Amino acid sequence: MTALDTTPATTAATPAGPHAVTRAWRALRSSRTALVGLAVVAVHILVALLAPLLTSYDPIAGDASQALLGPSPQHWAGTDQYGRDVLARVLYGGRYALGVSVAATLVTVALGTVVGCAAALRGGWFDDLLGRVLDAILSVPSILALLVVVTALGTGPAVIVLAIAVVYVPQVVRVVRGAALAVVPMDYVTAARARGESTWAILRREVLPNITDVVCVEFAMRASWVVLLISSLSFLGFGADPPTPDWGLMVAENRTAITVVPMASLAPIIALATLVVGLNLAADGLAKAWGVDRIREGS
Amino acid sequence: MLSFTLRRLASAVGTLFLSSVLVFLAVQALPGDVATQILGKDATPDAVAALRQQLGLDRPAWERYVDWIKGALHGDFGTSLVSGKGVGGEVAQYLGNSALIAFVTVLFAVTGSLVLGVLAGLYRDRWPDHLISTVSLVGMSVPEFVVATVLVLCFSVALPWFPAVVLYGPEAGVGQLLPAVWLPALALAVVMAAYIVRMARTSVIDVMAGEFVTTARLKGLSTWRIVTRHALPSALLPTLHVIALNVAWLAGGVAVVENVFNYPGIGKLMLSSVQNRDLPVIQAIALVSAVIYVVCNLAADLGAMALNPRLRTRGRTR
Repeated sequence: MTALDTTPATTAATPAGPHAVTRAWRALRSSRTALVGLAVVAVHILVALLAPLLTSYDPIAGDASQALLGPSPQHWAGTDQYGRDVLARVLYGGRYALGVSVAATLVTVALGTVVGCAAALRGGWFDDLLGRVLDAILSVPSILALLVVVTALGTGPAVIVLAIAVVYVPQVVRVVRGAALAVVPMDYVTAARARGESTWAILRREVLPNITDVVCVEFAMRASWVVLLISSLSFLGFGADPPTPDWGLMVAENRTAITVVPMASLAPIIALATLVVGLNLAADGLAKAWGVDRIREGS
Repeated sequence: MLSFTLRRLASAVGTLFLSSVLVFLAVQALPGDVATQILGKDATPDAVAALRQQLGLDRPAWERYVDWIKGALHGDFGTSLVSGKGVGGEVAQYLGNSALIAFVTVLFAVTGSLVLGVLAGLYRDRWPDHLISTVSLVGMSVPEFVVATVLVLCFSVALPWFPAVVLYGPEAGVGQLLPAVWLPALALAVVMAAYIVRMARTSVIDVMAGEFVTTARLKGLSTWRIVTRHALPSALLPTLHVIALNVAWLAGGVAVVENVFNYPGIGKLMLSSVQNRDLPVIQAIALVSAVIYVVCNLAADLGAMALNPRLRTRGRTR
């Protein structure tokens, strides 16, 4: 039985190995792009975690006498219209962006993977119907769907995680289903079926280990889109509630004073852009190392 | 070929039907009903019940759905709760303004990104490729509101060439809106082009590695002729789908950019109707966007079929 379980992976690009983690690490080491991307993301995570150590300013409490200052030794990135230190808000802003994005991406990719694999394994009417429903969801603009969910259930991180899942699960399902369809006709899946294993067991032990590469690339790529979507939502006033330090919200607040203190808008923009560039580099590098066609799957 | 076209059409209609059901159900799930909203929160229960009956809200959901779809097919989407005007006319007006942006965006994005993508593909792993790939990576890593903000900073503040905000309402004419179209369109084009550039680059690389290109080379054809006559037609095929998806994305993608510039388009209407819980307008916008999405996908599939002989015959042999 164990011999069947460890049948070599489907493509030449994914070397057979018992542990997905070792395989992932090998791919990572071989790709400089992925390493650079992950390093950038790691720095962002560290900064968000260590924000209180990196700045002595409070990101929420303002000092009205210090409003709208340009960069200076006291305030490296200046202050906003309420006299809050921009750098402190940028440093703390990563917490909201990363926390909500990671949670939303995890939920989305996990749900999408399970449903996508199930669709590929079950096939038949279940697959057909699912395809139709997903197409219908995809036909509604994601920002409108997000706004409707947020208006129906109120703001708050949990609602935003749910809203992102509603919008992005269909796309993940499509990608994962496509990858799983290549695994399903394999002999070891047929063998597992003949042994009488349950769909869930086949999914977990035969299909999932062979599509980890696609799922990992999907995770990195999806994360970059989720960060963008969440920041857009905050920018429009439907995401983080003020005075929460959040990059999208900061750009929205400081845009009006952009001619007076351009740094107050530029600092969150730079933070946001570097995080997403890091995620994209990681996704690109992993996709290249594993031979996953990221661009085609992302489309 | 005909049977493929017909089957594709039928599936598009099926998708549209499902989308309309989903949209209807989702909007029904929004808190607060129309009658309470018209009368305000202090209305007596009797008055609310009377209005509900008058509006037909007490009837079962499927009956109301059928009514709504029947009206929508005739262009009647009900009355806006905020303006009191017909939703159909209102949405059409805003949609027309957005179409102006969308047209310029698609023009910029498609021509620009195809040229850049093909260049990057032809100069693979040399400096033009590295430059173009890096720029497109940054392009897809910044949200639209950031691109828009930077553009305002450059071309409205530093160089006062274009207006930073639109001061006209939805009824403004093309002549009034035209100066304000360029910056939003450019912002959207940057974000959109990033994806098309990457796709075009990948498919050019794929095609240039193909055997027929090698044959053409061995025949002694010039590089220019190989690229324009042999490689480009097949390289553009997969790009077509990405372009269609991006055009469909514009229907919702304009929301953020239009709000930055206060441009009276469909995105701005979408946001304000969500804020005001103007349910008939939300429903109409969602349905119109679904139609745009389905039509774009249909056009891409049929276009791909027209360009690719292999796809054309597949329907026959099956």
